[in-house]
Amino acid sequence: MAKTFACKFEPARRRFLKQSAAIGGGLSVGFNIPGALAQKPGAAVEINAWVVIRPDDAIIIRYARSEMGQGSMTSAPMLVAEELECDWRRVKIEYASANANVKRKRAWGDMASVGSRTIRNSQEYLRKAGATAREMLIAAAAQQWGVPASECSASNSFITHGAGGRRLSFGKVADAAAKLEPPKDVKLKDPKDWKLIGKSVKRIDIPDTVVGRQRYGIDVQLPGMLYAAIAQCPVFGGKLKSMDASKVEGRRGIVKVVPLETFVAVVADNWWRAKEALRDVHIEWDVGANGNVSSASLMEFYKGGLDAQSDVATARKDGDFEQAFGSAERKIEAEYYTPYLAHSCLEPMGCTAIVKDGKVELWTSTQNAEASLAVAAATAGVPLENVEVHRVQLGGGFGRRGGAQDFVRQGVAIAKAMEGTPVKMLWTREEDTQHDFYRPASLVRMKAGLDGSGKPVAWYSRVAATSIFETLARVPLKRPFAPADGVDPQSVASLYDLPHAIPNVKVEYAQRTAHVPVGFWRTVGHSQNPFVRESFMDELANAAGKDPYEYRRALLANSPKDLGILEATAKAAGWGQPLPAGVFRGIAETEAYGSYTSAVAELSVDKNGEVNIRRLVLGIDPGYAVNPDNIQAQMQGSSVFMLTAMFWGEITIKEGRVEQSNFHDYRMMRLREMPKVEVVLAPSGGFWGGVGEPGQASIAPAVCNAIFAATGKRVRSLPLKNLGLTLA
Amino acid sequence: MIELTVNGRKHNVDVEPEMPLLWVLRDVLDVKGPKFGCGIAQCGACTVHLNGEPVRSCSVPVSAAANHKVLTIEGLAQRGQLHPVQKAWIDHEVPQCGYCQSGQIMAAVALLAKNRDPSDQDIDAAMTNICRCGTYARIRTAIHAAAKTLKSTKA
Ligand code: FES
Ligand code: FES
Repeated sequence: MAKTFACKFEPARRRFLKQSAAIGGGLSVGFNIPGALAQKPGAAVEINAWVVIRPDDAIIIRYARSEMGQGSMTSAPMLVAEELECDWRRVKIEYASANANVKRKRAWGDMASVGSRTIRNSQEYLRKAGATAREMLIAAAAQQWGVPASECSASNSFITHGAGGRRLSFGKVADAAAKLEPPKDVKLKDPKDWKLIGKSVKRIDIPDTVVGRQRYGIDVQLPGMLYAAIAQCPVFGGKLKSMDASKVEGRRGIVKVVPLETFVAVVADNWWRAKEALRDVHIEWDVGANGNVSSASLMEFYKGGLDAQSDVATARKDGDFEQAFGSAERKIEAEYYTPYLAHSCLEPMGCTAIVKDGKVELWTSTQNAEASLAVAAATAGVPLENVEVHRVQLGGGFGRRGGAQDFVRQGVAIAKAMEGTPVKMLWTREEDTQHDFYRPASLVRMKAGLDGSGKPVAWYSRVAATSIFETLARVPLKRPFAPADGVDPQSVASLYDLPHAIPNVKVEYAQRTAHVPVGFWRTVGHSQNPFVRESFMDELANAAGKDPYEYRRALLANSPKDLGILEATAKAAGWGQPLPAGVFRGIAETEAYGSYTSAVAELSVDKNGEVNIRRLVLGIDPGYAVNPDNIQAQMQGSSVFMLTAMFWGEITIKEGRVEQSNFHDYRMMRLREMPKVEVVLAPSGGFWGGVGEPGQASIAPAVCNAIFAATGKRVRSLPLKNLGLTLA
Repeated sequence: MIELTVNGRKHNVDVEPEMPLLWVLRDVLDVKGPKFGCGIAQCGACTVHLNGEPVRSCSVPVSAAANHKVLTIEGLAQRGQLHPVQKAWIDHEVPQCGYCQSGQIMAAVALLAKNRDPSDQDIDAAMTNICRCGTYARIRTAIHAAAKTLKSTKA
């Protein structure tokens, strides 16, 4: 085994949240795999990949995803604990090791925290892991007592036999249980018997946060570690032509200047020195073919997509749109635009790595430890088994730290150039703003035909945008993943799956690939298309002379979940009840990430364009609500995230590069601007929806529809600052 | 050599006088509670107290802290007792990712030190730190709760 790498840095919650790989003693380049635990007498016993029990009855539940504030470090283990029947107060949570996941044939499955899918996609195997472990513990106790397992039951970390009340704690039988064959088929609890799921459980990571003990990627500290600041080619796709570092040579603390293909790194003995020196390195870039691209030229490019006769894919076709539209009583057409947006995680991108003896260790705030591991292995040219990704809390993710992994590629490349020395690479806020994978800009043409009663009989959307799946994730746009060949499901989200009863529907996608890199930004397609769909729906209601809530209700009669959350939210908001003079309402509804959401905004607009949101009522039906207080928090957070975007968010391009650089010109909402948000949590049961992203989906159209009600001006382009509107 | 007192401990650091206090704390003294978010005094993630005043340490040269007292989130709890603001932050489950929260807490503690019973307007004016996760509503609630605790314990 390679030499142990004595490490001053300890994972967060060090008293009880040790990374699996570290349990066997110190972080080491050899990586101890969790399975080794079971062999040590008196040590913790692994019942299965998810459940480890200590003789003192402490229950360790493994967590494979990433915690970035969405709360799944607490809610995912709750699912295991629910079935395990353990004492939640004695549960400790530890990250599953990405390296062990490689070696143990993905025993922990998907490690990514993306697409609001931690609960949705893992609820079944997590609950089964808890139930399986419980059955094994019961069987072990029954064997010890010589009674049938069917006479025993488990509760609160104890196994009890029949009425006699003999008891054994989990810790006492864990050793024996681990040796048993896991049962093949376990029965999961009836939701009505849940004790933990549905209760507001305190988030496990918060106590460390409030004392400054939480550890993020940026906080890693290793002996002998150096620091790197980088400058990347300001034009996307450009390359380094030449550099002259003579001005910083011999400067205090500067160790090395590393020129790489698309960026230059200065390595120093602290990060500030590296960053300062970088300003004095003279760099010439070969910007390539995109040095003339501007926001105006991009707009022309997307407009071309709306008008094109070819290179357009059909995402949905019901009935005959052309015929129905042609003969409609009234025709309505509009174009909507949503801009590029940056993620602006408060912790800038970064990666700490050491490359040594054909092995790589890294510490990075990642939404996908498996992807980080794979990128590190490829960059260093070592097998997957030789990489470990040490887990830390993320200072925000919002999709930035999942798919791209550019920061890992850079961090490992620098560490490779400094072989044997750990290097912490950190971006400035300026790099972070100008080298993002942006929420795609999207231009959408809408058409609808109404019959004599004002009902829509024909509906058309065409989206022109860059595909995230094809350009970033390199997923080919093919069925069944894509709604139709050539269609990015995110680009047409909430348009192609329109739930309304409209007989003739046509939805098209014109994939137009610009040089601006795009990526998954919290709520992705649902962060923009519901604004288009639900604003346009309001246009139709208005043209029909109908109340926008009643208009939607009629069209959703056959979509009970959509209808349910629309009605619950409208009711809570007092839709239809009189408002004070000058105050107006707007409403919207959409499904997103398996949850149903609706919003009602209540606002006034003064003559200076100040929008005063008096109330934002935000409804969600996530099916089962695992941790209600956390859902409440996610809804509030989603409100801030979306209001920030819709009032101020816009990345613009000039000479091929991003014009914004830091929070002074890429504005974030502040506390004083926070409106009153009332959450309507209406879990109807029977399904598992996401909660990290859906909250944003209905907000922009509800607010813009209320702005229309207040001013008579229809908002068809974001952000609102460009229309002279701001948040009061 | 520049002398500064951080959380009650004296340190002598041999760095450039213009080096920001934030980076002296983080990279030289290994005090990781104050965070880096922008470097231009916009976000407040780096907020610490300098002689009791909240400052954005990314934009304070270490020379300005020489011979002064610096308090960071790590020094807030006294004899193992959490500050009422920290307690309120736990009770109301304020943090999401938590990255901004040491700055938010230091800003809130400074506000309550001056103003025992802040109104919503006082909170609006004092709490200008960015929270990208959007925990503002709970920050407000928790400050009011901490103000109550402070009043009842000091009455
Ligand atoms: S890092 Fe100091 S204010 Fe943002
Ligand atoms: S809790 Fe994430 S930035 Fe505030």
